[in-house]
Amino acid sequence: MSDRTPLARARGLGAAHGGTHHWWTQRATAVVLVPLTLWFAFSLAALGPADHATASAWLAHPVNAVLVLVLVAAMFHHLHLGLEVVIEDYVHSRWVKFATLILQKFVTIIFGFGAAFAVLKIALS
Amino acid sequence: MSERSRPLSPHLQIYRFEWPMLLSITHRFTGVGLAGGAIVLVWWLIALAIGPEYFAFAQAILGSWVGRLLLLGWTWATFYHLCNGIRHLCWDGGWGFELRIARATGIVVVIMSIVLTLASWLIAYAARGG
Repeated sequence: MSDRTPLARARGLGAAHGGTHHWWTQRATAVVLVPLTLWFAFSLAALGPADHATASAWLAHPVNAVLVLVLVAAMFHHLHLGLEVVIEDYVHSRWVKFATLILQKFVTIIFGFGAAFAVLKIALS
Repeated sequence: MSERSRPLSPHLQIYRFEWPMLLSITHRFTGVGLAGGAIVLVWWLIALAIGPEYFAFAQAILGSWVGRLLLLGWTWATFYHLCNGIRHLCWDGGWGFELRIARATGIVVVIMSIVLTLASWLIAYAARGG
């Protein structure tokens, strides 16, 4: 990408010491999430207050399972990046900021894997 | 250069209120709120993976009036963040910065978020009845 100042290019680092990767990834996941979220929200609405058999049959369908897995991956990546920016904006103490960022990363990964595991268990059982 | 001597930008209350300001902070609020909603979504998926009994319990909680109120909030937050996210992507592409257009797209975002919320809940209630 060539959208950087000559000095920034020479340093190889952005203000966040990570270049534009963070920004681009947040946009890329956002673009993926637009159709997936619309599809998922209206699919859940159509399921309504479904019982276990109906809901798991829907999720076990290969197309739905794969799309929900992609949705979960994009969603957790996107919310991870978003929460990072929020933490960086409002937490000013260096060590509290560092600890909060790491904790947020761990919690996000745990919930993301939890979601993926649940989908795979239903789809493969 | 000392960090202390750097000029500071004026704080929030200095600026005259403009609706786009409220839409902007709402994007962040809904984003953080949806991160909370993602945790509930994971709980719902895990409840489905655990089995019929626990899933019925999860559905009962989400179907209670408190649960439905939260789901309504998350539905609107989802559609608001999605629509305003598209608005942000347009800005990233360099389109829509003029004040007149930025205001108009803001109104479109609010209207679309309400329309999509109503549409999805009408579908959900129709599914419940049918």
